[in-house]
Amino acid sequence: MDAAVRPNAGPMSLLSISALQKSFRTPEGERKTIVDVPAFTLAAGQQLALRGESGSGKTTFLHLIAGILAADSGSIHIDGRDMAALGESGRDRLRAESIGYIFQTFNLLQGYSVLENVMLGMAFGRGSDRDHATAMLERVGLSHRLQHYPRQLSTGQQQRVAVARALANHPKLVLADEPTGNLDHRNARDSLALIRETCRENGAALLLVSHDPGVLAAFEDVQDFATLNRADQEAAR
Amino acid sequence: MKTIGLIILRSLRQHLLSTTITALSIALAGGLLMSVWVVKVQSQTTFTQVNTGFDAVLGARGSKLQLVLNAIFHLEASPGNLAYSDYEFIKRHPAVKLAVPIAVGDNLRGYRIVGTGPELFSDVEYVPGKKFTFATGTLFNPAAKEAVLGDFVARKLGLHSGDTFHPFHGLIYDENNQHAETYLVTGILAPSNTPADKVIWIPLHGLQTMTGHDPRAATDVSAVLIQLRSPTAGFMLDMLYNKQGNRLTFAYPIGAIMAELFNKIGWFDQVLTLISSLVALVSAGGVLVAIYNSMAARRRDIAILRALGARRRTIFSAIVLEAAAIGLLGMIAAFAAYAVILTGVATVIRNQTGVLLNTWAYNPVMLWAPLGMIALCALGGLLPAWKAYRTDIADNLAPVS
Repeated sequence: MDAAVRPNAGPMSLLSISALQKSFRTPEGERKTIVDVPAFTLAAGQQLALRGESGSGKTTFLHLIAGILAADSGSIHIDGRDMAALGESGRDRLRAESIGYIFQTFNLLQGYSVLENVMLGMAFGRGSDRDHATAMLERVGLSHRLQHYPRQLSTGQQQRVAVARALANHPKLVLADEPTGNLDHRNARDSLALIRETCRENGAALLLVSHDPGVLAAFEDVQDFATLNRADQEAAR
Repeated sequence: MKTIGLIILRSLRQHLLSTTITALSIALAGGLLMSVWVVKVQSQTTFTQVNTGFDAVLGARGSKLQLVLNAIFHLEASPGNLAYSDYEFIKRHPAVKLAVPIAVGDNLRGYRIVGTGPELFSDVEYVPGKKFTFATGTLFNPAAKEAVLGDFVARKLGLHSGDTFHPFHGLIYDENNQHAETYLVTGILAPSNTPADKVIWIPLHGLQTMTGHDPRAATDVSAVLIQLRSPTAGFMLDMLYNKQGNRLTFAYPIGAIMAELFNKIGWFDQVLTLISSLVALVSAGGVLVAIYNSMAARRRDIAILRALGARRRTIFSAIVLEAAAIGLLGMIAAFAAYAVILTGVATVIRNQTGVLLNTWAYNPVMLWAPLGMIALCALGGLLPAWKAYRTDIADNLAPVS
């Protein structure tokens, strides 16, 4: 059996993490552990919110799951494949095919139209599909803005493009990093509902991190990142 | 590949100003390089092939090159005269098929007046199968004060059949040196793209006996244009005039003498080619600098693309291909620059020599220069591509919570 592939940890587990550690070198030259998660699982289709303060390592945790960062040690199994055991190119491929990422600042490509942004979200995985990208934008209520550029959209609309892009490639896992951090209250509520709804429609699991009580209140399933991350606990002592 | 194409297109558009300026510098460099090369090859080919239908030139003792330039290209001063008897001798020589005398020494507003016999127009094929023909009018009467104009000079001077003019003494135009004789234009030659186009042809006798000319030289000729019966005849006459004799010069073969000229000025071509190549190199360096300097602005886009799943090699390829695309755009524009430069150069050469360069004739430089330039630009893209390759995703996806 491929070393990077193993059966899911649980019967319905999509994401399974064990002994995950990541540290960085400080300007003083010391190594500081940011993430130290002994175990974590997320079931397929599950929607979980992680509560955590700024600087607690939530983004690093999501970057590790997405394969944007390589772990120092431990394993991250996504749909049976160990992200940590894959080479960088393999992680890129897995991210392109199986993960959708919604960033706090949306990270839309400013030189590309709304439609192109969504199509690029698909291009590196299973390939671009103009019709599907259009349908996704229609789903988030932006069918009339396909050829607009991000700068021509309101913040709420940009957020919706980011949602459409993250889900366009039928990911099994959607990661959302403070996705409503830049939105006003009403937009945040609408956007959150949209993210949860579209994930549900697409059968994608959702792992959202936020420090906003309003956002966290919308989830039935909420977990403290501080209880999950031993590095955070060390720092608090 | 479609995705890389989109990334390149959008990047070129996002950095439109630097793309345009860099492409224009490449266009100039490429245009210059192609022009220098084509002018070099074309002029060498054209000038060594132009002999206006003659194999050799006989003239006064002196430089063969000067003799050819004066008698065939109507440039330079005549090295001197030869006696009419010399003309008659070579005319009757069994190795000679045709001998046409010419006499120079006058001009019309800077354009050379050449005296010759009617056989130049009736018997000579200036290129195989082509004789001089008349666009308008007819040949001059050898016994009258009549003239036939080349197409180029007729247009430049605005003269038509039926017009008259007064010649000026000397090869350099001086308005105070006007001859009293009045010449009637009887015909305008059709364009031949040879030096004959910029000459005012009059009867030999007319030029020899122009008022103010030395009466002692009234039968002299400046040179004799010669057609040989066989190539071996040329070497025989070369021996007769150049090695055994010391009074006259027999310039043969004309093409080889012109090739010598190009060999002498070969260093100039090399300098021009070197300068063009350096300009091309600097332009490719410009691509490197333009993309490299924009890397700070591109990092976020690169990080986003990587976060979406783009591999490092995809980003690397996109940057290298973007550099190549700037080279391609530049080289497309280079053909416009080439057209402008070469049209200018060809016009100057035409004005000076009457010879028309075939500016759009295929030359291998039109293939290797664009390909080389594009490859050079792609090479210039390697360093920024390497920088892009190493872009850290997490560091460029702010903020971090």
